Amino acid sequence: MSRDEMSDLQGKRLHKLVELVYHNVPFYREKMQEAGLTPDDIREIGDIGKLPFTTKQDLRDNYPTGLQAAGQSEIVRIHASSGTTGNPTVVGYTRRDLEIWSESAARAFTAYGVTKNDIFSVGYGYGLFTGGLGAHYGVEYVGATVIPTSTGNTDKHLRLLRDLKVTGIACTPSYALYLAEAMEKNGMTRDDISLKIGAFGAEPWTENMRHEIESRLGLQAYNLYGLSEIIGPGVSYECECKNGSHISEDHFYPEIIDPDTLEPLPYGTVGELVFTTLTKTGMPLLRYRTRDLCSLTDGKCGCGRTNVRMTRIIGRCDDMLIIRGINVFPSQVESVILEMPEFEPVYLMVVDRIDCLDTLQVQVEVRRDYFSDELGEMLRLRRRLADKLKSVLSISADVKLMEPGSISRSEGKSVRVIDRRQLT
Amino acid sequence: MTIKQLSVFLENKSGRLNEVLGILGQADIRIIAATVADTSEYGILRLITSDTAKAYEVLKANRVSAQQSDVVALTCNSTAAEFAEQMDYFTREGLSVEYMYCFSTGEKAFLILRTSDNAMVDAIARKYGLDIITEKELLSV
Ligand SMILES: [Zn+2]
Repeated sequence: MSRDEMSDLQGKRLHKLVELVYHNVPFYREKMQEAGLTPDDIREIGDIGKLPFTTKQDLRDNYPTGLQAAGQSEIVRIHASSGTTGNPTVVGYTRRDLEIWSESAARAFTAYGVTKNDIFSVGYGYGLFTGGLGAHYGVEYVGATVIPTSTGNTDKHLRLLRDLKVTGIACTPSYALYLAEAMEKNGMTRDDISLKIGAFGAEPWTENMRHEIESRLGLQAYNLYGLSEIIGPGVSYECECKNGSHISEDHFYPEIIDPDTLEPLPYGTVGELVFTTLTKTGMPLLRYRTRDLCSLTDGKCGCGRTNVRMTRIIGRCDDMLIIRGINVFPSQVESVILEMPEFEPVYLMVVDRIDCLDTLQVQVEVRRDYFSDELGEMLRLRRRLADKLKSVLSISADVKLMEPGSISRSEGKSVRVIDRRQLT
Repeated sequence: MTIKQLSVFLENKSGRLNEVLGILGQADIRIIAATVADTSEYGILRLITSDTAKAYEVLKANRVSAQQSDVVALTCNSTAAEFAEQMDYFTREGLSVEYMYCFSTGEKAFLILRTSDNAMVDAIARKYGLDIITEKELLSV
């Protein structure tokens, strides 16, 4: 599809979407009326800037089903994301939404090279979280064999990978590293398993983490992006070029905005990623602010696909820590640690405020083989990491060397930051 | 002539030293000498044991960071004057001692030395008639 054809399709779909929400979702009707808009003012995709944004807070305020456009009898599935503060986010899907979701996820698995001959283990959590079922339906749609392993019970997981000669895995990148570690602990090597394709997402990860996972598990690691508010995994995916994730923009229209001024930013500029669900009917969203930071490109991709790509998520607007006035992202710390073979691929950032001054401590685990008998050597290692962190973060961090295994690993999303600052 | 020493990386959290010693105890390892060097965050436990290779394996199996290294053991009278004399030979020959620890059995003292050049220790010992002892001798103390 050419870019013009795509814009044309997006414009038509946007108009239909606006009609749907204007007539079925009081929240959007009121917002549009406040802005003096009727559905007829939205004719082409370029008109999208006139529409109001939707925030996570709007979802909470309209808990549980205030933003639903479809009647309850049309809803065939509900997912919910855990709310650490306030109401959880509840998303209802119509049958058509589930079809769109399965097809979008299937596009991802097809791009990774998955065929009906593959055996895929889905190691995302099944349940209210969209990861498990989203990947499940995508793999099934392609016709490959799905093993709904879910999270937990790592030993059984490893056993199934080995005995069933599983060729693909979908899970969080941190769980992939956890699996690699468990595998090595059990005396297995990557040659004992047959994995060749990995679909990783649900948390930000880095290029270094990709290399680490690829070499330890012996597979090709691809990004699988999605968020439950929009639909779930499958909103975007990497192709064999591993050079940004292609967005299924016929369903999910992306924009990048400045999170402070809310002004749209041009392609190539980093800002907050915003999605409009062009085709959903259960709980469609206009210009949903994801809080994820990245940039977009419509440059030609080596794979031949013409749809827009997004870069890696370089952080979350919310994850961004302001330490001594400097913006710091956990992903920056992660990339430094993964570059140094002396450390295990885990870390914990502890931010505190002591005597009115922000402090940052970075806890890392020294790999067994790199532990030195000499204090001087260890101090030099600590110094080396501190220097690298300083050059990347522009602020100094206190490095704490730990024994392997002392920072807790999680089987889902990991806690990488503890902020102890009491702001009064 | 060198003997095997075991070094263990210890995080400074209470009970960690006991855990490590407990693991060695379970494996019937005897400890001949031990010392802890520490910073505010972590320590390095250095041990001479009855069976370093075995001790290393059990620690590894229990996922404790450990390393084996070569050190030299000397014996002399346990007087400050004699200690000073021994160290003086090394200084005079330009050999730097990275660290040293000792234990004594009444009149006899045993010095465990870690240097950058163990062959040079042998040469200095021959030149000044120092009493280097073997692993076997040390274990029978
Ligand atoms: Zn591509």
